[in-house]
Amino acid sequence: MKKMTRLLDHPILGKLDDRKAIPFTFDGKTYEALENETIAAALLANGIRTLRIHEESGTPRGFYCNIGHCMECRVTVNDQANVRACLTVVEQCMVIASGKQHPNIVKRMVEQQ
Amino acid sequence: MIDVIVIGAGPAGLAGAITCASSGLKVMVIDEFIKPGGRLIGQLHQELSGEWWNGIKESERLHQEALKQSVDIRSGVSVYNLEKDDDLWNVHTSIGTLTAPFVLAATGAAEYPIPLPGWTLPGVMSIGAAQVMTNVHRVQVGKKGIIIGANILAFAILNELQLAGIHVNRIVLPEKSPLSGKAGEPEEVMKSLLNAAHLAPSPLLRMGSRFMKNDWFRKTGMRFFPKSGVKVNGTPLLLRKAALEVIGTEQVEGVRVADTDANGNIIPGTETVYEADFVCIAGGLYPLAELAAVSGCPFQYIPELGGHVPHHSETMETPLEGLFVAGNITGIESGKIAMAQGTIAGYSIAKHAGKGGTAIVEQLNQSVKNVHLLRKQAAIQFYPDIESGRRKMYDLWEQLYANPARLHTEEKLG
Ligand SMILES: Cc1cc2nc3c(=O)[nH]c(=O)nc-3n(C[C@H](O)[C@H](O)[C@H](O)COP(=O)(O)OP(=O)(O)OC[C@H]3O[C@@H](n4cnc5c(N)ncnc54)[C@H](O)[C@@H]3O)c2cc1C
Ligand code: FES
Repeated sequence: MKKMTRLLDHPILGKLDDRKAIPFTFDGKTYEALENETIAAALLANGIRTLRIHEESGTPRGFYCNIGHCMECRVTVNDQANVRACLTVVEQCMVIASGKQHPNIVKRMVEQQ
Repeated sequence: MIDVIVIGAGPAGLAGAITCASSGLKVMVIDEFIKPGGRLIGQLHQELSGEWWNGIKESERLHQEALKQSVDIRSGVSVYNLEKDDDLWNVHTSIGTLTAPFVLAATGAAEYPIPLPGWTLPGVMSIGAAQVMTNVHRVQVGKKGIIIGANILAFAILNELQLAGIHVNRIVLPEKSPLSGKAGEPEEVMKSLLNAAHLAPSPLLRMGSRFMKNDWFRKTGMRFFPKSGVKVNGTPLLLRKAALEVIGTEQVEGVRVADTDANGNIIPGTETVYEADFVCIAGGLYPLAELAAVSGCPFQYIPELGGHVPHHSETMETPLEGLFVAGNITGIESGKIAMAQGTIAGYSIAKHAGKGGTAIVEQLNQSVKNVHLLRKQAAIQFYPDIESGRRKMYDLWEQLYANPARLHTEEKLG
Protein backbone atom coordinates (compact mmCIF):
# COMPACT_ATOMS: atom_id res chain seq x y z
CA MET A 1 0.00 0.00 0.00
CA LYS A 2 1.08 3.56 -0.65
CA LYS A 3 2.19 5.70 2.25
CA MET A 4 -0.50 7.89 3.76
CA THR A 5 0.13 11.57 4.11
CA ARG A 6 0.38 13.18 7.51
CA LEU A 7 -2.07 16.07 7.70
CA LEU A 8 0.42 18.71 8.73
CA ASP A 9 -1.78 21.64 7.88
CA HIS A 10 -5.46 22.07 8.72
CA PRO A 11 -7.75 25.05 8.00
CA ILE A 12 -9.20 25.15 11.55
CA LEU A 13 -6.88 23.04 13.68
CA GLY A 14 -3.80 24.75 12.30
CA LYS A 15 -0.27 23.56 11.58
CA LEU A 16 1.40 20.72 13.45
CA ASP A 17 4.63 21.54 15.23
CA ASP A 18 7.75 19.82 13.99
CA ARG A 19 7.96 16.52 15.80
CA LYS A 20 10.96 14.30 16.30
CA ALA A 21 11.19 11.16 14.16
CA ILE A 22 11.31 7.93 16.18
CA PRO A 23 12.64 4.70 14.64
CA PHE A 24 10.88 1.39 15.38
CA THR A 25 10.61 -2.02 13.78
CA PHE A 26 7.51 -3.88 12.65
CA ASP A 27 7.90 -7.54 11.69
CA GLY A 28 11.64 -6.98 11.37
CA LYS A 29 11.58 -3.93 9.13
CA THR A 30 12.54 -0.45 10.32
CA TYR A 31 10.11 2.49 10.01
CA GLU A 32 9.76 5.98 11.42
CA ALA A 33 7.03 7.30 13.67
CA LEU A 34 6.63 10.88 14.82
CA GLU A 35 6.80 11.68 18.51
CA ASN A 36 3.57 10.84 20.41
CA GLU A 37 2.13 8.85 17.53
CA THR A 38 0.26 5.61 18.26
CA ILE A 39 1.47 2.39 16.65
CA ALA A 40 -1.71 2.27 14.52
CA ALA A 41 -1.22 5.84 13.26
CA ALA A 42 2.50 5.42 12.60
CA LEU A 43 1.98 2.19 10.65
CA LEU A 44 -0.82 3.72 8.60
CA ALA A 45 1.40 6.69 7.76
CA ASN A 46 3.96 4.13 6.56
CA GLY A 47 1.36 2.47 4.36
CA ILE A 48 0.65 -0.51 6.62
CA ARG A 49 -2.94 -1.40 7.39
CA THR A 50 -2.58 -5.04 8.37
CA LEU A 51 -1.79 -5.37 12.07
CA ARG A 52 -2.74 -8.96 12.62
CA ILE A 53 -3.61 -12.23 10.90
CA HIS A 54 -6.68 -14.07 12.10
CA GLU A 55 -5.45 -17.36 13.48
CA GLU A 56 -8.30 -19.50 12.19
CA SER A 57 -9.16 -17.98 8.82
CA GLY A 58 -5.77 -16.44 8.08
CA THR A 59 -7.45 -13.23 6.98
CA PRO A 60 -5.74 -9.88 7.59
CA ARG A 61 -7.05 -7.42 10.19
CA GLY A 62 -6.40 -3.73 10.79
CA PHE A 63 -7.52 -1.17 13.34
CA TYR A 64 -11.29 -0.78 13.49
CA CYS A 65 -12.45 1.54 16.32
CA ASN A 66 -9.13 3.35 16.94
CA ILE A 67 -10.09 4.03 20.59
CA GLY A 68 -9.52 0.79 22.44
CA HIS A 69 -12.93 -0.88 22.28
CA CYS A 70 -12.77 -3.60 19.62
CA MET A 71 -9.38 -5.33 20.22
CA GLU A 72 -8.92 -5.80 16.47
CA CYS A 73 -5.57 -4.01 16.52
CA ARG A 74 -3.66 -6.31 18.89
CA VAL A 75 0.07 -6.55 18.23
CA THR A 76 3.10 -7.78 20.15
CA VAL A 77 5.29 -5.03 21.62
CA ASN A 78 8.76 -5.86 22.95
CA ASP A 79 7.59 -9.48 23.45
CA GLN A 80 4.38 -8.54 25.20
CA ALA A 81 1.40 -9.98 23.30
CA ASN A 82 -2.06 -8.46 22.87
CA VAL A 83 -1.13 -4.81 23.09
CA ARG A 84 -3.65 -2.46 21.46
CA ALA A 85 -1.90 -0.58 18.66
CA CYS A 86 -4.47 2.22 18.76
CA LEU A 87 -3.74 3.08 22.43
CA THR A 88 0.02 2.61 22.51
CA VAL A 89 2.47 5.38 21.67
CA VAL A 90 5.58 4.36 19.71
CA GLU A 91 8.77 4.61 21.71
CA GLN A 92 12.37 4.77 20.56
CA CYS A 93 13.45 1.44 19.00
CA MET A 94 10.23 -0.37 19.92
CA VAL A 95 10.09 -3.89 18.49
CA ILE A 96 6.60 -4.57 17.21
CA ALA A 97 5.30 -7.77 15.65
CA SER A 98 1.93 -8.35 14.04
CA GLY A 99 -0.56 -10.14 16.28
CA LYS A 100 -1.25 -13.81 15.84
CA GLN A 101 -3.51 -14.44 18.80
CA HIS A 102 -6.89 -16.04 18.47
CA PRO A 103 -9.52 -13.28 18.46
CA ASN A 104 -13.09 -13.53 19.63
CA ILE A 105 -14.02 -9.93 20.12
CA VAL A 106 -15.63 -9.36 16.73
CA LYS A 107 -18.03 -12.12 17.52
CA ARG A 108 -18.78 -10.53 20.86
CA MET A 109 -19.44 -7.17 19.27
CA VAL A 110 -21.92 -8.76 16.90
CA GLU A 111 -23.61 -10.67 19.70
CA GLN A 112 -23.97 -7.47 21.72
CA GLN A 113 -26.28 -6.01 19.12
CA MET B 1 -5.81 8.71 50.32
CA ILE B 2 -7.96 9.44 47.28
CA ASP B 3 -11.55 10.59 47.82
CA VAL B 4 -12.82 10.19 44.29
CA ILE B 5 -11.68 8.01 41.40
CA VAL B 6 -13.02 9.19 38.07
CA ILE B 7 -13.01 6.60 35.29
CA GLY B 8 -12.78 8.41 31.95
CA ALA B 9 -11.15 11.75 31.14
CA GLY B 10 -13.80 12.85 28.65
CA PRO B 11 -15.80 16.03 29.12
CA ALA B 12 -18.02 14.39 31.78
CA GLY B 13 -15.15 12.92 33.79
CA LEU B 14 -12.99 16.04 33.64
CA ALA B 15 -15.85 18.39 34.55
CA GLY B 16 -16.79 16.07 37.43
CA ALA B 17 -13.19 15.94 38.63
CA ILE B 18 -12.83 19.73 38.52
CA THR B 19 -16.05 20.23 40.50
CA CYS B 20 -15.11 17.64 43.13
CA ALA B 21 -11.60 19.04 43.50
CA SER B 22 -12.80 22.62 43.80
CA SER B 23 -15.02 21.45 46.67
CA GLY B 24 -11.93 20.20 48.46
CA LEU B 25 -11.89 16.52 47.51
CA LYS B 26 -8.79 14.62 46.40
CA VAL B 27 -9.41 13.33 42.90
CA MET B 28 -7.69 10.91 40.54
CA VAL B 29 -8.79 10.52 36.91
CA ILE B 30 -7.96 7.36 34.96
CA ASP B 31 -8.18 7.03 31.19
CA GLU B 32 -6.82 4.49 28.74
CA PHE B 33 -6.39 6.87 25.80
CA ILE B 34 -3.01 8.52 25.14
CA LYS B 35 -4.19 11.91 26.38
CA PRO B 36 -7.13 13.44 28.29
CA GLY B 37 -10.28 14.71 26.60
CA GLY B 38 -12.09 11.53 25.61
CA ARG B 39 -14.08 11.75 22.40
CA LEU B 40 -14.08 15.50 22.71
CA ILE B 41 -10.60 15.73 21.17
CA GLY B 42 -11.82 14.48 17.79
CA GLN B 43 -14.76 16.89 17.59
CA LEU B 44 -14.88 19.84 15.26
CA HIS B 45 -18.09 21.41 14.09
CA GLN B 46 -19.58 24.77 13.42
CA GLU B 47 -22.24 26.00 15.82
CA LEU B 48 -25.39 27.68 14.53
CA SER B 49 -23.74 30.97 15.51
CA GLY B 50 -20.94 30.20 13.05
CA GLU B 51 -18.39 29.66 15.80
CA TRP B 52 -16.29 26.51 15.72
CA TRP B 53 -16.65 23.89 18.43
CA ASN B 54 -13.02 22.86 18.59
CA GLY B 55 -12.81 19.79 20.79
CA ILE B 56 -9.04 19.91 21.09
CA LYS B 57 -9.19 23.43 22.53
CA GLU B 58 -12.08 22.53 24.84
CA SER B 59 -10.24 19.52 26.22
CA GLU B 60 -7.05 21.48 26.71
CA ARG B 61 -9.05 24.04 28.68
CA LEU B 62 -10.58 21.31 30.85
CA HIS B 63 -7.22 19.60 31.28
CA GLN B 64 -5.54 22.83 32.44
CA GLU B 65 -8.39 23.62 34.79
CA ALA B 66 -8.16 20.13 36.30
CA LEU B 67 -4.42 20.47 36.82
CA LYS B 68 -4.96 23.84 38.48
CA GLN B 69 -7.30 22.12 40.94
CA SER B 70 -4.57 19.51 41.62
CA VAL B 71 -6.47 16.67 39.98
CA ASP B 72 -4.17 13.70 39.38
CA ILE B 73 -4.75 12.58 35.77
CA ARG B 74 -3.39 9.21 34.59
CA SER B 75 -3.59 8.66 30.84
CA GLY B 76 -2.82 5.32 29.22
CA VAL B 77 -4.26 3.35 32.16
CA SER B 78 -7.13 0.87 31.66
CA VAL B 79 -9.74 -0.09 34.23
CA TYR B 80 -10.72 -3.76 34.14
CA ASN B 81 -12.99 -4.23 37.10
CA LEU B 82 -14.88 -2.34 39.73
CA GLU B 83 -16.16 -3.78 43.00
CA LYS B 84 -17.13 -2.60 46.42
CA ASP B 85 -15.60 -3.90 49.58
CA ASP B 86 -17.22 -2.58 52.80
CA ASP B 87 -16.94 1.20 52.53
CA LEU B 88 -14.46 1.46 49.71
CA TRP B 89 -14.54 0.91 45.97
CA ASN B 90 -11.74 -1.18 44.48
CA VAL B 91 -10.83 -0.03 41.00
CA HIS B 92 -8.70 -2.66 39.27
CA THR B 93 -6.44 -1.06 36.68
CA SER B 94 -3.42 -1.85 34.52
CA ILE B 95 -1.26 -0.15 37.19
CA GLY B 96 -2.78 -2.01 40.13
CA THR B 97 -5.81 -1.69 42.39
CA LEU B 98 -6.84 1.76 43.59
CA THR B 99 -9.37 2.45 46.32
CA ALA B 100 -11.67 5.34 47.20
CA PRO B 101 -15.08 5.89 48.82
CA PHE B 102 -16.45 7.54 45.66
CA VAL B 103 -16.25 6.49 42.00
CA LEU B 104 -17.50 8.48 39.04
CA ALA B 105 -17.95 6.20 36.02
CA ALA B 106 -17.75 8.41 32.91
CA THR B 107 -16.72 5.89 30.27
CA GLY B 108 -18.65 7.51 27.40
CA ALA B 109 -20.00 5.79 24.31
CA ALA B 110 -19.05 3.17 21.74
CA GLU B 111 -20.15 2.61 18.16
CA TYR B 112 -22.54 -0.09 16.96
CA PRO B 113 -20.89 -2.16 14.24
CA ILE B 114 -22.59 -3.12 10.97
CA PRO B 115 -21.18 -6.58 10.33
CA LEU B 116 -21.63 -6.87 6.57
CA PRO B 117 -19.50 -9.40 4.64
CA GLY B 118 -15.92 -8.17 4.29
CA TRP B 119 -16.13 -5.72 7.20
CA THR B 120 -13.03 -7.16 8.87
CA LEU B 121 -10.76 -6.21 5.94
CA PRO B 122 -8.00 -3.73 6.78
CA GLY B 123 -9.21 -0.32 5.64
CA VAL B 124 -12.71 -0.82 7.06
CA MET B 125 -13.11 1.27 10.19
CA SER B 126 -15.79 2.84 12.32
CA ILE B 127 -16.62 6.42 11.38
CA GLY B 128 -15.28 7.53 14.77
CA ALA B 129 -11.96 5.84 14.01
CA ALA B 130 -11.63 8.00 10.92
CA GLN B 131 -12.42 11.09 13.02
CA VAL B 132 -9.68 10.26 15.52
CA MET B 133 -7.13 9.39 12.82
CA THR B 134 -7.86 12.66 11.03
CA ASN B 135 -8.28 15.23 13.80
CA VAL B 136 -6.21 13.71 16.62
CA HIS B 137 -3.43 11.72 14.94
CA ARG B 138 -3.50 13.74 11.72
CA VAL B 139 -2.83 10.81 9.40
CA GLN B 140 -4.77 10.42 6.15
CA VAL B 141 -7.09 7.36 6.46
CA GLY B 142 -7.14 6.77 2.71
CA LYS B 143 -7.44 8.39 -0.68
CA LYS B 144 -10.96 7.41 -1.68
CA GLY B 145 -13.63 6.49 0.84
CA ILE B 146 -17.20 5.28 1.19
CA ILE B 147 -19.35 5.78 4.29
CA ILE B 148 -21.91 3.09 5.07
CA GLY B 149 -24.75 4.48 7.20
CA ALA B 150 -26.37 7.91 7.10
CA ASN B 151 -26.79 9.44 10.54
CA ILE B 152 -25.84 12.64 12.34
CA LEU B 153 -22.44 11.38 13.45
CA ALA B 154 -21.65 10.30 9.87
CA PHE B 155 -22.46 13.77 8.55
CA ALA B 156 -20.56 15.55 11.30
CA ILE B 157 -17.48 13.44 10.57
CA LEU B 158 -17.91 13.63 6.78
CA ASN B 159 -17.59 17.36 7.22
CA GLU B 160 -14.43 16.95 9.27
CA LEU B 161 -12.88 14.60 6.70
CA GLN B 162 -13.65 17.07 3.93
CA LEU B 163 -12.13 19.91 5.95
CA ALA B 164 -8.92 17.90 6.21
CA GLY B 165 -8.92 17.23 2.48
CA ILE B 166 -9.91 13.54 2.70
CA HIS B 167 -12.07 12.39 -0.20
CA VAL B 168 -15.28 10.57 0.60
CA ASN B 169 -16.89 9.65 -2.68
CA ARG B 170 -20.22 8.30 -1.52
CA ILE B 171 -22.54 7.66 1.41
CA VAL B 172 -24.71 4.55 1.07
CA LEU B 173 -27.02 2.73 3.48
CA PRO B 174 -26.41 -0.67 5.05
CA GLU B 175 -28.46 -3.51 3.59
CA LYS B 176 -31.81 -3.84 5.34
CA SER B 177 -31.67 -6.66 7.88
CA PRO B 178 -32.82 -7.35 11.43
CA LEU B 179 -29.42 -6.06 12.60
CA SER B 180 -29.34 -2.83 10.61
CA GLY B 181 -33.02 -2.15 11.42
CA LYS B 182 -34.20 1.33 10.49
CA ALA B 183 -30.70 2.34 9.32
CA GLY B 184 -31.36 0.22 6.21
CA GLU B 185 -34.73 1.78 5.35
CA PRO B 186 -34.41 4.90 3.17
CA GLU B 187 -37.67 6.39 4.38
CA GLU B 188 -36.79 5.95 8.04
CA VAL B 189 -33.33 7.39 7.46
CA MET B 190 -34.85 10.39 5.72
CA LYS B 191 -37.23 10.82 8.65
CA SER B 192 -34.47 10.80 11.23
CA LEU B 193 -32.38 13.22 9.17
CA LEU B 194 -35.35 15.55 8.94
CA ASN B 195 -35.89 15.35 12.68
CA ALA B 196 -32.48 16.88 12.90
CA ALA B 197 -33.29 19.46 10.27
CA HIS B 198 -32.02 22.34 12.38
CA LEU B 199 -28.58 20.81 12.04
CA ALA B 200 -29.34 19.45 8.60
CA PRO B 201 -26.28 18.47 6.65
CA SER B 202 -27.50 19.76 3.33
CA PRO B 203 -29.36 22.88 2.27
CA LEU B 204 -31.70 20.66 0.27
CA LEU B 205 -32.79 18.75 3.34
CA ARG B 206 -33.03 21.95 5.31
CA MET B 207 -35.21 23.60 2.71
CA GLY B 208 -37.38 20.58 2.19
CA SER B 209 -37.76 19.79 5.85
CA ARG B 210 -40.90 21.83 6.42
CA PHE B 211 -42.76 20.03 3.65
CA MET B 212 -41.14 16.71 4.25
CA LYS B 213 -42.51 16.54 7.80
CA ASN B 214 -45.72 15.69 6.00
CA ASP B 215 -45.96 11.92 5.66
CA TRP B 216 -47.38 11.90 2.17
CA PHE B 217 -44.71 14.22 0.88
CA ARG B 218 -42.00 12.14 2.46
CA LYS B 219 -43.15 8.96 0.74
CA THR B 220 -43.36 10.74 -2.60
CA GLY B 221 -40.03 12.38 -1.95
CA MET B 222 -38.45 9.01 -1.32
CA ARG B 223 -39.93 7.47 -4.44
CA PHE B 224 -38.49 10.26 -6.51
CA PHE B 225 -35.23 10.40 -4.61
CA PRO B 226 -32.65 10.75 -7.40
CA LYS B 227 -30.63 7.61 -8.13
CA SER B 228 -27.49 9.71 -8.23
CA GLY B 229 -28.32 10.95 -4.74
CA VAL B 230 -28.32 14.44 -3.31
CA LYS B 231 -25.03 16.10 -2.53
CA VAL B 232 -23.94 16.76 1.02
CA ASN B 233 -21.15 19.31 0.67
CA GLY B 234 -20.22 17.68 -2.59
CA THR B 235 -20.47 14.04 -1.49
CA PRO B 236 -23.45 12.16 -2.95
CA LEU B 237 -25.80 10.77 -0.32
CA LEU B 238 -27.29 7.67 -1.93
CA LEU B 239 -30.30 6.76 0.19
CA ARG B 240 -31.51 4.28 -2.43
CA LYS B 241 -28.29 2.25 -2.55
CA ALA B 242 -27.43 -0.48 -0.07
CA ALA B 243 -23.98 -1.88 0.69
CA LEU B 244 -23.95 -5.66 0.22
CA GLU B 245 -20.29 -6.45 0.78
CA VAL B 246 -16.88 -4.88 1.21
CA ILE B 247 -14.56 -6.47 -1.32
CA GLY B 248 -10.78 -6.88 -1.36
CA THR B 249 -8.13 -9.50 -0.60
CA GLU B 250 -5.38 -7.88 1.48
CA GLN B 251 -7.33 -4.69 2.13
CA VAL B 252 -10.40 -2.77 0.98
CA GLU B 253 -10.73 -2.47 -2.78
CA GLY B 254 -14.37 -1.45 -3.03
CA VAL B 255 -17.97 -1.91 -1.96
CA ARG B 256 -20.58 -3.95 -3.81
CA VAL B 257 -23.91 -2.10 -3.75
CA ALA B 258 -27.41 -2.53 -5.17
CA ASP B 259 -30.37 -0.21 -5.74
CA THR B 260 -33.25 -0.41 -3.28
CA ASP B 261 -36.88 0.61 -3.20
CA ALA B 262 -38.21 3.22 -0.75
CA ASN B 263 -38.41 0.55 1.97
CA GLY B 264 -34.87 -0.65 1.47
CA ASN B 265 -35.63 -3.87 -0.43
CA ILE B 266 -32.95 -4.80 -2.94
CA ILE B 267 -33.92 -4.47 -6.60
CA PRO B 268 -32.46 -7.54 -8.36
CA GLY B 269 -30.03 -7.02 -11.22
CA THR B 270 -28.84 -3.57 -10.08
CA GLU B 271 -25.52 -4.52 -8.48
CA THR B 272 -22.40 -2.46 -9.07
CA VAL B 273 -19.03 -2.07 -7.40
CA TYR B 274 -17.76 1.29 -6.17
CA GLU B 275 -13.99 1.47 -5.81
CA ALA B 276 -12.52 2.63 -2.51
CA ASP B 277 -9.41 2.18 -0.38
CA PHE B 278 -11.20 2.88 2.89
CA VAL B 279 -14.70 2.32 4.22
CA CYS B 280 -16.25 3.95 7.28
CA ILE B 281 -19.05 2.19 9.11
CA ALA B 282 -21.51 4.52 10.82
CA GLY B 283 -23.71 2.28 12.96
CA GLY B 284 -24.57 4.86 15.63
CA LEU B 285 -23.56 5.24 19.27
CA TYR B 286 -24.47 3.34 22.44
CA PRO B 287 -23.60 3.97 26.11
CA LEU B 288 -20.40 2.15 27.09
CA ALA B 289 -21.50 0.83 30.45
CA GLU B 290 -19.62 -2.45 30.95
CA LEU B 291 -17.86 -1.26 34.09
CA ALA B 292 -21.10 -0.19 35.75
CA ALA B 293 -22.43 -3.65 34.85
CA VAL B 294 -19.56 -5.56 36.46
CA SER B 295 -19.94 -3.40 39.57
CA GLY B 296 -23.44 -4.85 39.98
CA CYS B 297 -25.39 -1.72 39.12
CA PRO B 298 -28.89 -2.52 37.76
CA PHE B 299 -29.62 -1.61 34.13
CA GLN B 300 -32.51 -0.48 32.00
CA TYR B 301 -32.89 -0.71 28.22
CA ILE B 302 -34.03 2.71 27.00
CA PRO B 303 -33.75 2.95 23.19
CA GLU B 304 -34.33 6.74 23.29
CA LEU B 305 -31.03 7.01 25.20
CA GLY B 306 -29.17 4.71 22.80
CA GLY B 307 -29.27 1.38 24.65
CA HIS B 308 -28.74 -0.09 28.11
CA VAL B 309 -28.00 2.46 30.81
CA PRO B 310 -27.18 2.03 34.51
CA HIS B 311 -30.02 3.11 36.81
CA HIS B 312 -29.35 6.68 37.85
CA SER B 313 -31.06 9.76 39.23
CA GLU B 314 -31.10 13.20 37.71
CA THR B 315 -28.33 14.10 40.17
CA MET B 316 -26.23 11.23 38.76
CA GLU B 317 -26.33 8.84 41.72
CA THR B 318 -26.69 5.12 41.13
CA PRO B 319 -28.39 2.71 43.55
CA LEU B 320 -24.91 1.63 44.70
CA GLU B 321 -23.58 3.77 47.55
CA GLY B 322 -20.66 5.89 46.37
CA LEU B 323 -21.02 5.09 42.67
CA PHE B 324 -21.95 7.98 40.38
CA VAL B 325 -22.26 8.22 36.58
CA ALA B 326 -22.15 11.08 34.07
CA GLY B 327 -21.90 11.71 30.35
CA ASN B 328 -22.69 9.29 27.55
CA ILE B 329 -22.73 6.26 29.88
CA THR B 330 -26.16 7.62 30.92
CA GLY B 331 -27.40 8.19 27.34
CA ILE B 332 -26.01 9.51 24.06
CA GLU B 333 -25.73 13.30 23.78
CA SER B 334 -23.22 15.91 22.69
CA GLY B 335 -19.99 16.82 24.44
CA LYS B 336 -21.40 20.02 25.94
CA ILE B 337 -24.15 18.14 27.74
CA ALA B 338 -21.75 15.43 28.91
CA MET B 339 -19.62 18.18 30.43
CA ALA B 340 -22.60 19.76 32.21
CA GLN B 341 -23.64 16.34 33.54
CA GLY B 342 -20.13 15.91 34.90
CA THR B 343 -20.59 19.11 36.87
CA ILE B 344 -23.84 17.76 38.35
CA ALA B 345 -22.06 14.55 39.37
CA GLY B 346 -19.25 16.60 40.93
CA TYR B 347 -21.64 18.61 43.13
CA SER B 348 -23.56 15.48 43.96
CA ILE B 349 -20.43 13.69 45.15
CA ALA B 350 -19.30 16.76 47.12
CA LYS B 351 -22.71 16.87 48.80
CA HIS B 352 -22.55 13.17 49.74
CA ALA B 353 -19.04 13.70 51.07
CA GLY B 354 -20.32 16.52 53.30
CA LYS B 355 -18.41 19.21 51.39
CA GLY B 356 -19.48 22.57 50.02
CA GLY B 357 -21.51 23.79 52.99
CA THR B 358 -25.05 25.04 52.53
CA ALA B 359 -24.37 26.49 49.09
CA ILE B 360 -23.99 23.04 47.59
CA VAL B 361 -27.73 22.31 47.40
CA GLU B 362 -28.34 25.41 45.32
CA GLN B 363 -25.28 24.71 43.14
CA LEU B 364 -26.56 21.21 42.50
CA ASN B 365 -30.01 22.53 41.54
CA GLN B 366 -28.48 25.08 39.22
CA SER B 367 -26.33 22.49 37.50
CA VAL B 368 -29.39 20.32 36.85
CA LYS B 369 -31.21 23.30 35.36
CA ASN B 370 -28.19 24.06 33.21
CA VAL B 371 -28.39 20.63 31.56
CA HIS B 372 -32.07 21.23 30.68
CA LEU B 373 -31.15 24.54 29.12
CA LEU B 374 -28.23 23.13 27.11
CA ARG B 375 -30.39 20.28 25.86
CA LYS B 376 -32.94 22.75 24.50
CA GLN B 377 -30.20 24.69 22.70
CA ALA B 378 -28.20 21.67 21.52
CA ALA B 379 -26.71 22.10 18.05
CA ILE B 380 -26.22 18.35 17.74
CA GLN B 381 -28.50 15.62 19.02
CA PHE B 382 -28.03 11.95 18.17
CA TYR B 383 -31.31 10.52 19.46
CA PRO B 384 -34.34 12.75 18.74
CA ASP B 385 -36.46 11.48 21.67
CA ILE B 386 -33.72 12.04 24.22
CA GLU B 387 -35.97 14.14 26.49
CA SER B 388 -38.52 11.38 26.84
CA GLY B 389 -35.74 8.84 27.38
CA ARG B 390 -34.34 10.93 30.22
CA ARG B 391 -37.84 11.27 31.72
CA LYS B 392 -38.27 7.49 31.62
CA MET B 393 -35.09 6.94 33.58
CA TYR B 394 -35.89 9.55 36.24
CA ASP B 395 -39.46 8.26 36.65
CA LEU B 396 -38.09 4.78 37.09
CA TRP B 397 -35.64 6.08 39.68
CA GLU B 398 -38.45 7.79 41.60
CA GLN B 399 -40.44 4.58 41.55
CA LEU B 400 -37.63 2.26 42.55
CA TYR B 401 -35.42 4.23 44.90
CA ALA B 402 -36.86 7.56 45.96
CA ASN B 403 -40.13 6.25 47.26
CA PRO B 404 -39.82 2.51 47.91
CA ALA B 405 -42.95 2.41 50.08
CA ARG B 406 -45.11 3.38 47.13
CA LEU B 407 -43.54 0.72 44.98
CA HIS B 408 -44.40 -1.96 47.48
CA THR B 409 -48.05 -0.96 47.66
CA GLU B 410 -48.25 -0.87 43.89
CA GLU B 411 -46.78 -4.31 43.68
CA LYS B 412 -49.33 -5.63 46.17
CA LEU B 413 -52.18 -4.01 44.32
CA GLY B 414 -50.92 -5.09 40.91
C1 LIG C 1 -16.30 7.67 18.15
C2 LIG C 1 -17.17 8.76 18.69
C3 LIG C 1 -17.28 9.98 18.03
C4 LIG C 1 -18.07 11.00 18.53
N1 LIG C 1 -18.15 12.19 17.86
C5 LIG C 1 -18.91 13.20 18.36
C6 LIG C 1 -19.00 14.45 17.69
O1 LIG C 1 -18.40 14.64 16.64
N2 LIG C 1 -19.77 15.42 18.25
C7 LIG C 1 -20.44 15.24 19.42
O2 LIG C 1 -21.09 16.15 19.90
N3 LIG C 1 -20.37 14.05 20.04
C8 LIG C 1 -19.64 13.03 19.55
N4 LIG C 1 -19.59 11.83 20.20
C9 LIG C 1 -20.39 11.65 21.40
C10 LIG C 1 -19.49 11.76 22.62
O3 LIG C 1 -19.68 10.57 23.31
C11 LIG C 1 -19.81 12.96 23.46
O4 LIG C 1 -19.72 14.14 22.69
C12 LIG C 1 -18.87 13.15 24.65
O5 LIG C 1 -17.51 13.04 24.28
C13 LIG C 1 -19.19 12.20 25.75
O6 LIG C 1 -18.40 12.53 26.85
P1 LIG C 1 -18.11 11.49 27.99
O7 LIG C 1 -17.23 12.21 28.95
O8 LIG C 1 -19.36 10.90 28.46
O9 LIG C 1 -17.30 10.30 27.30
P2 LIG C 1 -15.99 10.28 26.38
O10 LIG C 1 -15.70 11.58 25.81
O11 LIG C 1 -16.18 9.14 25.47
O12 LIG C 1 -14.84 9.90 27.42
C14 LIG C 1 -14.81 8.65 28.03
C15 LIG C 1 -13.39 8.31 28.35
O13 LIG C 1 -13.37 7.14 29.15
C16 LIG C 1 -12.27 6.35 28.80
N5 LIG C 1 -12.55 4.97 29.17
C17 LIG C 1 -13.63 4.22 28.82
N6 LIG C 1 -13.54 3.00 29.35
C18 LIG C 1 -12.38 2.97 30.06
C19 LIG C 1 -11.71 1.96 30.82
N7 LIG C 1 -12.25 0.76 31.00
N8 LIG C 1 -10.53 2.26 31.39
C20 LIG C 1 -9.98 3.50 31.22
N9 LIG C 1 -10.56 4.49 30.51
C21 LIG C 1 -11.74 4.22 29.94
C22 LIG C 1 -12.11 6.54 27.32
O14 LIG C 1 -10.78 6.31 26.92
C23 LIG C 1 -12.55 7.99 27.12
O15 LIG C 1 -11.45 8.85 27.06
C24 LIG C 1 -18.80 10.79 19.71
C25 LIG C 1 -18.69 9.56 20.37
C26 LIG C 1 -17.89 8.56 19.88
C27 LIG C 1 -17.81 7.24 20.60
S1 FES D 1 -8.73 -0.51 16.94
FE1 FES D 1 -10.27 -1.12 18.29
S2 FES D 1 -9.11 -1.58 20.04
FE2 FES D 1 -7.63 -0.74 18.74
